[in-house]
Amino acid sequence: MGLILRLLLVFCLVGSVSAQSRFITVASTTSTEQSGLFKHLLPVFEKKTGVQVRVVALGTGQALDMGRRGDADVVFVHARPLEEKFLAEGFGVKRQDVMYNDFVLIGPKSDPAKIAGGKDALEAFRRIRSAQAPFVSRGDRSGTHFAELEIWKAAGIDIAKDKGPWYRDTGQGMGPALNTASGMNAYILADRGTWLSFKNRGDLGILVEGDKRLFNQYGIMLVNPAKHPSVKKELGQAFIDWVVSPEGQNTIASYKINGEQLFFPNAE
Amino acid sequence: MEGLAQAARNALALIASGDATLAGIVGLSLAVSLSAVVLATLIGLPLGAAIGVGRFPGRRAVVVLLNALMGLPPVVVGLFVYLMLSRAGPLGSLGILFTPTAMVIAQTILILPIVAALCRQAVEDAWAEYEEQLRSLGATGLSAALTLVWEIRFSLLTAVLAGLGRASAEVGAVMIVGGNIDGVTRVMTTTIALETSKGDLPLALALGLVLILLVIALNAAAAYVKDAAQRRYG
Amino acid sequence: MILPLKLEDVFFVAGGRVIIERISAEIGAGPSTIILGANGAGKSVLMRLMHGLLAPASGKIAWSGAETARLQAMVFQRPVLLRRSALANVTYALKLARVPRAERERLALEALESVGLAAFARRPARVLSGGEQQRLALARAWALHPEVLFLDEPTASLDPTASREIERVIQAFDAAGTKIIMATHNLGQARRLGDEVLFLHQGRLVERAPVEQFFSRPASPEAAAFIKGELPWV
Repeated sequence: MGLILRLLLVFCLVGSVSAQSRFITVASTTSTEQSGLFKHLLPVFEKKTGVQVRVVALGTGQALDMGRRGDADVVFVHARPLEEKFLAEGFGVKRQDVMYNDFVLIGPKSDPAKIAGGKDALEAFRRIRSAQAPFVSRGDRSGTHFAELEIWKAAGIDIAKDKGPWYRDTGQGMGPALNTASGMNAYILADRGTWLSFKNRGDLGILVEGDKRLFNQYGIMLVNPAKHPSVKKELGQAFIDWVVSPEGQNTIASYKINGEQLFFPNAE
Repeated sequence: MEGLAQAARNALALIASGDATLAGIVGLSLAVSLSAVVLATLIGLPLGAAIGVGRFPGRRAVVVLLNALMGLPPVVVGLFVYLMLSRAGPLGSLGILFTPTAMVIAQTILILPIVAALCRQAVEDAWAEYEEQLRSLGATGLSAALTLVWEIRFSLLTAVLAGLGRASAEVGAVMIVGGNIDGVTRVMTTTIALETSKGDLPLALALGLVLILLVIALNAAAAYVKDAAQRRYG
Repeated sequence: MILPLKLEDVFFVAGGRVIIERISAEIGAGPSTIILGANGAGKSVLMRLMHGLLAPASGKIAWSGAETARLQAMVFQRPVLLRRSALANVTYALKLARVPRAERERLALEALESVGLAAFARRPARVLSGGEQQRLALARAWALHPEVLFLDEPTASLDPTASREIERVIQAFDAAGTKIIMATHNLGQARRLGDEVLFLHQGRLVERAPVEQFFSRPASPEAAAFIKGELPWV
């Protein structure tokens, strides 16, 4: 009996220690986490300030919902229209640009839709649909998902009506969706960061890139403490201020995979 | 399968390397699941035993419900606990979302029915043998139930190990209530999920083997303790 | 003083069959009472009704005096012992009877001595032989110094040597003043240990007489047939 009580005490202590150290909770996206950026970026901030940054990685839609519920102090996502909506609803304090990367259109080497080497994302999407070539969609209200939907729309395709069995709506994060695409040799829109660190490529490769429609902007916001008094506004703001500062921006720029830079800082 | 053999080599290399991050993840997995098992046993054994010896109206419905709850989907438990602990939820002011405490709570809820239901069955079977004698001596209700639990404690070990197995294996609940935060709430199963989604399948497989080895080791230890104690007490 | 025990028109029904049919009797202090009858006559059920493990379908079973629970004890055909030492089995019964902790071990050792098991006090009860286990069950019952000791076919599972040991213990308890109520189908045992006989046949109390009178001049044909060993098995 005494042993059990001692175990419970230890368990409570373990629980409370994590509550006492200084930390903030940042809701971000799976693609950002899976690119490995945070492992490179956060230790610099933590060492400088002693504040631990805890990242919960979800789809953009879910990350913003986390902010709405007050379960995060800062949201760091990449879907401008959704971020503006979040702000307009009063859940965010101010939106700032942080960095951008781009999306790339990935596909199998066999390229049934014949889009390789093209520079026009809209044309590529139209060809994929005509060829009814397998295409994997994130389907999870993520920034990538919204970017994909915007491209279908701009290409003049009502994807909700036009999708056939060739369109695989998986409802998954970037990594699992890439796994699925690799497994079925399908086309998929992915952010360059996740693609560069993705290891299970199979027969896939980058087929279309560089179209400015594939530009992917990241924004950061403090969750509004007026809506959720539990938000750690000083620490959260300190993180935001650091990310957009020259030091933070340089740290972002210095993150490379195989010598290639993933994210391009563009804070004002 | 070549991949499996390579994964086995990778798994052993991982264990031998003594990598600090991996050690931290393994340590957290053990702490969370073992804590959940301890709590679920403390609550579930008396609960199951009381139902096992009790005779009350609606008992059959309770037994059916308890058995059914053994199949609680982890992701549903995770979602429920998340909504409870979210700042927007009733217990948000506790501030324990995305901490190991939340993970322990979720896993305890998940495995409590397993421990209780299996204990109920074992106690009910034993009650058939002991009932007359215990009642003759004046032991009734909870007192008799607890005596039986102690009496059949070695058989109940199986129920506890079943709970431990379920807790160590699940990913749905800890992912949602823990958030898989690097260095804080990342456990073996969520790491495997993450590495899989990053496409690093060899690493994911190796980690999977490490996890399986860990669970086998725990079960072997439990079997050894059980045999030693049984030899002592008959 | 909880005796005499009065039974009035007691019925017991199970599985659609009448097991005990309209039994009325008054059992007083003093003579050791044998419940005699063939297998299936209802002896065990009657014992359990008297001890309080079963409730009659109709009729009354009443002790004299209020607090009756701790003043009677029962020993079953097969002893049900806990997976503990012999001594711990007896102290368990004393604990249930709310005997203060300081006294339990002393009283338990005395009880073990009275049945000749003091040397086995620390042995696991389950490794004892059949006869030793039954003696332990007797010691456990005796430790509470009950007014009435029920024994349900206590030697039916034992070999002749062990049976004689048990009979010796029972006789000693009888001499010490405990009221013995024993069910048996063993005619020799009934003669050796009993002072009066209640003879059951198919759930009815057919004859009651002092033991010698019952065996030499049975009043009922069923009793006569039973004694002649001609009673057909049910």
